[in-house]
Amino acid sequence: MVSIRSIPSTPSSLTTGDLPWIIEHREDRCTLCGRCTAVCPVYAIRLTYMRQRMPRLVLSSSERGSSYRTFVGIRQKTEIANKCIGCGTCAMVCPNSAIKPVPNPMFDRFRFQSTVGGEPIKRGGRRNDPAPGLLDKIIFTRISMLTDPALDAGRHEFFLNTLLGRVLSPEEYIRRKTAGEWIPPVREIFPFIIGSMSFGALSPNMWLGLLQGVAYCNEVLGIPVVMATGEGGCPPWVLKSPFLKYIVLQIASGYFGWDEIIRAIPEMQCDPAAIEIKYGQGAKPGDGGLLMWFKVSKLIARLRGVPEGVDLPSPPVHQTLYSIEESVMKMIQTMSMAWNFRVPVYPKISGSNSAKSVLNNLVRNPYAGGLLIDGIDGGTGAAYNVSMDTMGHPIAANVRDCYLDLCAQGKQNEIPIFAAGGVGKTGNVTQNGMALIMLGASGVHMGKYIMQAAAGCLGSEQNRCNVCNIGICPKGITSQNPKLYRRLDPDQVAQRVAETFMAIRTEMKKIMAPLGRSQSLPIGMSDAIGIGDESAANRLNIKYIC
Amino acid sequence: MCRLALKTASEPFSPFTVLQAMEAMQEGYDGSGLGLLLRGLQFVDYSYKPSDPILSGIAHTEDALFRLHAFMQDRGFGLKYDHEFEVDFSKIEAKDRHKYILRVYNKPVAWASLSPEEIEYQMMLTRLALRKDGEDHGGDLTIFAFWPDVAMIKEVGWPLGVGEALKLDSHRIKSRICMAQGRQNTNWGINLYACHPFFIQGIATMTNGENTAFIPIKDWLTGKGFPAYIGYQSDSEVFAHILHYVVKQLKLPLQAYKHIITPLKSEELKAHPQGDFLLGLRDACRRLIIDGPNAVIGTLPDETCLLVMDAKKMRPATIGGKPGEWAIASEMCGVDAMIPDRDQSLDFQPMRQHTVIVPPDRQEFKIWSQFDQFPLPQAA
Ligand code: SF4
Ligand code: SF4
Repeated sequence: MVSIRSIPSTPSSLTTGDLPWIIEHREDRCTLCGRCTAVCPVYAIRLTYMRQRMPRLVLSSSERGSSYRTFVGIRQKTEIANKCIGCGTCAMVCPNSAIKPVPNPMFDRFRFQSTVGGEPIKRGGRRNDPAPGLLDKIIFTRISMLTDPALDAGRHEFFLNTLLGRVLSPEEYIRRKTAGEWIPPVREIFPFIIGSMSFGALSPNMWLGLLQGVAYCNEVLGIPVVMATGEGGCPPWVLKSPFLKYIVLQIASGYFGWDEIIRAIPEMQCDPAAIEIKYGQGAKPGDGGLLMWFKVSKLIARLRGVPEGVDLPSPPVHQTLYSIEESVMKMIQTMSMAWNFRVPVYPKISGSNSAKSVLNNLVRNPYAGGLLIDGIDGGTGAAYNVSMDTMGHPIAANVRDCYLDLCAQGKQNEIPIFAAGGVGKTGNVTQNGMALIMLGASGVHMGKYIMQAAAGCLGSEQNRCNVCNIGICPKGITSQNPKLYRRLDPDQVAQRVAETFMAIRTEMKKIMAPLGRSQSLPIGMSDAIGIGDESAANRLNIKYIC
Repeated sequence: MCRLALKTASEPFSPFTVLQAMEAMQEGYDGSGLGLLLRGLQFVDYSYKPSDPILSGIAHTEDALFRLHAFMQDRGFGLKYDHEFEVDFSKIEAKDRHKYILRVYNKPVAWASLSPEEIEYQMMLTRLALRKDGEDHGGDLTIFAFWPDVAMIKEVGWPLGVGEALKLDSHRIKSRICMAQGRQNTNWGINLYACHPFFIQGIATMTNGENTAFIPIKDWLTGKGFPAYIGYQSDSEVFAHILHYVVKQLKLPLQAYKHIITPLKSEELKAHPQGDFLLGLRDACRRLIIDGPNAVIGTLPDETCLLVMDAKKMRPATIGGKPGEWAIASEMCGVDAMIPDRDQSLDFQPMRQHTVIVPPDRQEFKIWSQFDQFPLPQAA
């Protein structure tokens, strides 16, 4: 046995078999074009010289021995910083199908070394739990068989929209209308909303594509889709455009981008759809927003009013506020006032056992326009892995509890609850959304799903890709590097947005028609759903079915 | 499927004529039950004063009847008239019927100082208390209504058979309005409380079809905390409660009912003269939007009758008749049976936007469209 010192082994030495993704490369197909190595976002592969022994089988002893050939081949790097992320970009560009990443079927050892440098893993994406979620297990059981003619999803007219904003009780509405008093603003919108993703997190092309798609849905398809900015503002040309009415502006603890927004108010042609005050995010409860320096380009720096190339962590709390009561009251009032009480203002919180308390607080605040609860399966552009994987509350029970609480007070029509966090995680976006609506949500927000459906995001809950935080997004979705984001054609994104919403609209009808619903969104129609898991059924107060 | 028939006439008539109309429509139902509501009453053997409350229900045991007596006596109600049905119990399917109650009472002296609204509230509470008493005693007392000039009968069986068993063909009771519905509850087990028409504070409705938006509507009404928004053994009960809510609680005109249960689209409301008010009303009452294939037939304390359809008009219903006498039925043959000597060409089948209203004078019926302006003094 040789001395240990002569082998290059450190505690963090890994072999390719220790990594989460292993590159399979077929020398026989490779033409050494080098495209894969040029495109790999983490430089996980390199072209390298290798030597191959060529044994010679000859009889005469003088000619025995080996000869060697030198050749150029592909090697996977095993350094921590260059571990393959499984994005598959190499496979996508290879003209000969000579290379592809495969998930390590064994328990990888990389996870024990991921703290090298003293910094735990940070990443983008969702909680790494690839199993189908609870929402996927909910099915629609109350098929209306008693009374035909049943509805025809293809021919009948369906009312699919929801309301965003504070709705008064009928008594109070009539009283105020008679007295000529203020009626809170309400928006009629499509119940599937593009959830908040900031202009800094997304590339300019992605953002443009989304906005184009949303405008097309509204103006051509008649689907009133709205999209939310994350923290970090909105480009001035959008603020002053007629498209602002499709946009929910977010304000978060860093207040990034709000200088630009406030300055643009006098020049706005229309009001924004709503204002979202972010108190928490399902993917990383207790954390503020985080835009890492890689992504703070000149444009982003200008929008946010900060220097270029610095990390932009928002504080976890709104520094000016002391408690959620005060916060909700002051912020909602301030934001309402900025637009003269013409724009609904609502808070976004992370799913939590305490969601009900926040909700009850909002019920008593006459300016609160709703509550968005973001569950543990929500996505993010950047967070610590531990926050993403282990912090938060699943959305279904949270929404249900809050809805039933409102029902007990007879207020379920007054404060709309919106749900987010893992909607469409396994692709069943309409089913997931409708299940949440029947549990009591007025609508759902989806972020990651839209990135996957509209822009081909490669991320998955097997921890594929998920490097959104460091500006190297291989699809150009979450990068501020023009070389990368030019890969993404905004027109194509817009087309996919439109296609996605058309499909959701059709699927909604396909769900609602057999349930005999077409005149209004079946919010809280809990008799229509069931689940084959008795404890979940009890917890959600829906039917157990088998 | 349920069958509905309503007749309203200036001259009181026997409910048996309406039961014959039910028989004409018999193909459409399974004969599992009958519900009757009579308004504008006339008894052959009693001169009724229309302001006296009438208690309608069934005592299933002698004990229940005694408790009922005691209850009413304790609260100061004086029994003025006890209508004895000449029941042939052998023709009644159910075996636990002790006495069909149709009793006229004097209001308690203590109520003299109450406002009309307070009296209405007290009558409702009395009904609810009796109902609860029955429920607390294994369901031995079923109470349908306690209201002036309203009598209700509900029973399991073929409508005509029930009518014969109760000897309604003897014409001892007559009324100016008779609402009848054949068939028990569509979705759940047989329960007398699940049988149409549904009644609340003088307002009654009956419906055919299924109400698929039942649970969200029920959850919302229940959340209102109004003591009589209970029951819901049938998904159709909410139609009566919504009508009550619109007319009695919100004090809106009858036309608003249609705007609340089947509101117009946003684009349509933008072009409506009262669109601004109606849009807000639609949002505020969004949980009361109905969603089934339904025809809703209702009557109000002033003997107004109405008929509305669901927003897709997926159920049939016809009104026909002549001045002084009108019939509404889920089937045209039902109208034929009730008023054969009318001009059939003047029959009307309302469309999705219509509310058909027969005012108390019964001279003509009015067709009101949702697209029209309607009287709305307070929010004009
Ligand atoms: S899968 Fe992605 S990270 Fe892995 S080698 Fe290929 S391009 Fe590089
Ligand atoms: S493709 Fe881009 S957005 Fe999707 S997971 Fe990878 S880095 Fe993130």
